[in-house]
Amino acid sequence: MKQLLLGNEAVARGLFEAGVRVVSSYPGTPSTEITEAAAKFEELDCEWAPNEKVAAEVAAGAAIGGARSFCAMKHVGLNVAADPVFTMSYIGVNAGMVLAVADDPGMHSSQNEQDSRHYARAAKLPMLEPADSQECKEFTKRAYALSEEFDTPVILRLTTRIAHARGVVECGEREEIALKEYVKEPSKNVMLPAFARPKHEKVEARTKALVEWAEGCGLNRIEDNGAKRGAICAGAVYQYAKEALGDSANYLKLGLVWPLPEKLIRDFASLCETVYVIEELDDFIESHCRALGVEVVGKDVFPRCGELSQRLVKKLVDGVELPAAQLDGPLPVRPPVMCCGCPHRGLFYALKRAGVYVSGDIGCYTLGASAPLSAMDACICMGASVSALHGYNKARGSEAAKKSVAVIGDSTFIHSGITSLIDIAYNRTNSTVIILDNSITGMTGHQQNPSTGYNIYNEPAQAVDLEALCRAVGIHRVQVVDPYDLKETQRVLREELEAEEPSVIISRRPCALLKSVKHEKPLAVDPEKCVGCQACMGIGCPAISMRGGKAQVDPTQCVGCGVCAALCGKGAMA
Amino acid sequence: MNKSVMIVGVGGQGTLLASRILGSAMLEKGFDVKVGEVHGMSQRGGSVVTYVRFGESVNSPVIERGEADVLLAFEQLEAARALPYLKSGGVAVVNTQKIDPMSVVTGAAQYPEGLLPAMKEKGAKVLDVDALALAEQAGSQKAVNVVLIGAMARQLEPDVDLWLRAVKACVPERFYELNEKAFRLGFGE
Repeated sequence: MKQLLLGNEAVARGLFEAGVRVVSSYPGTPSTEITEAAAKFEELDCEWAPNEKVAAEVAAGAAIGGARSFCAMKHVGLNVAADPVFTMSYIGVNAGMVLAVADDPGMHSSQNEQDSRHYARAAKLPMLEPADSQECKEFTKRAYALSEEFDTPVILRLTTRIAHARGVVECGEREEIALKEYVKEPSKNVMLPAFARPKHEKVEARTKALVEWAEGCGLNRIEDNGAKRGAICAGAVYQYAKEALGDSANYLKLGLVWPLPEKLIRDFASLCETVYVIEELDDFIESHCRALGVEVVGKDVFPRCGELSQRLVKKLVDGVELPAAQLDGPLPVRPPVMCCGCPHRGLFYALKRAGVYVSGDIGCYTLGASAPLSAMDACICMGASVSALHGYNKARGSEAAKKSVAVIGDSTFIHSGITSLIDIAYNRTNSTVIILDNSITGMTGHQQNPSTGYNIYNEPAQAVDLEALCRAVGIHRVQVVDPYDLKETQRVLREELEAEEPSVIISRRPCALLKSVKHEKPLAVDPEKCVGCQACMGIGCPAISMRGGKAQVDPTQCVGCGVCAALCGKGAMA
Repeated sequence: MNKSVMIVGVGGQGTLLASRILGSAMLEKGFDVKVGEVHGMSQRGGSVVTYVRFGESVNSPVIERGEADVLLAFEQLEAARALPYLKSGGVAVVNTQKIDPMSVVTGAAQYPEGLLPAMKEKGAKVLDVDALALAEQAGSQKAVNVVLIGAMARQLEPDVDLWLRAVKACVPERFYELNEKAFRLGFGE
């Protein structure tokens, strides 16, 4: 049966067909839909883990326990999961283990543009990279066979344009794989130095064997069009190159991007007068070719930053571009904004008014950095808001601690904010940490997390008690506020900034986009009372605009949160 | 020959439904189909872009400057932004609705006037659709997206039944009747 599936959905289909049993992931764009789609197959036991390290360890334990297992993450998630991944490379598997990592060239929804292929080389793990949805499914299945044949976890690398592109997929049946026997074998699974040393030797031998395998495994193929020039490429870039250059080039299409073949590359080079290595981000394949002594054209022509496309390939290789019309003059940009009724808005308004240093984190609330709220000073990675605030306050002293906060979402706090909060309590700075509890993982599209009380199947689950947790780690001042209540939010903020000890404010209000959230009647502006002072504009609500010198509320967008009404000194909004 | 349809709008307008219906219809016609979507950060009221490409064999899931045969725009400013992607001689189906971006809301910028005539001046064939009015005629403002899908469909394929099967496959059953009406109004039957 043919279906139009997202690359991510096709990976999930591959998991189903490959007889996978255990899936554990943390959501992250562009990888999230793999696990969401996997959870629709009842044969798969799926979960949202608190973070990627936990997810990878769950998958590792399941693989040791004899079940084919899987975890998915975005590129920066692999930084979090790197610790178990590097050692699982030594341990290997009992049943197959596959880890999918989704890179985001162009940074559509990410804080950096790292190239995860380096992890494959660094951790000495084979890495497959599909070029369309059908390959997403096929390569996922191949990855399990490879994992078990070579006793190694396998990484499946996606990029945004593969993960989030729909393509035609021929679906097959599930192959039921029996749970493998578990045999106690400390020399394989307990990585004491004495056991790990011989394992390192095995890993090096495994990579050598994989290079041999890479030559004839069928994942890498030469398309000889009898052309004088050739392109070595993988993934989405293969599609761009094919479209841009057509039959005017030969192709070495790589499906296994680590370890890379040697003979195949030399053979391909001998077919062509000029060989281009076309790849997004770093010169990963290019530097391998150069090390083999194969002369190639690469990053001297193609950029290291951003995405490629058929247009860029054509332009950079042939110097040709299609004509494109453009209006004269600039158009106003339309960056993403906090939604109408977003509970973060009131809190960020309070932060802006307080004029504090805001140590930010990863989530919808990173949008608090944009005008007109402009209430964020730094944002590094998941969980860093809390620990970086501690560092900032150590650097700048106790007065700075009265003018600084960290903001972190509920899911992000569970992910990696807890240990940072422990640092604040233990190594004491008078830091004020604000947990923005909107009862869901918002940015990635509403996934449950350990603080919401529901699991991936929306079944009731044990919920983390955030207040009790903060107290248990040694924070004695914990207050809960409703960010729709602007006055109270501002009062509590002042109080906790002044406090001579560490404190946590939990700003609690569910995401306005949740189906369970009931919206209030839209507000309307009384034009008799409105004086056009624009006080209501300070919160950056997309439903409010100025028309003819008066404020106006768009009734189709307004959800009646009332935050703007609290700002109106004339009582014009009701 | 492959066809490329670029769908643009503002996050939350329902552009993804348009690409799914189009993809589904073209798959049924027996074409190879690729649909490029962007999820995540860009959905929060920002500009959104979806690409649908179909034909005998499709490589890239993205549409680049000068490649779109049809541009379906859910909003005027987004139509103007996407103009460079329209092939010379391509058709832009544009909803006449305007949605102010935050810079206009805050008064830092002005919503440009005369966008559609300016697009025509640059050689684009612009088909403007008052989708909101047609959606209301069909029974609900929420059917704006399906009205627009109808207007786009006319540019690509005359078989209404094929389209309606795709609509049926992609919308909840209880809304089908409304959406069929909206589609037919957009299609211009």
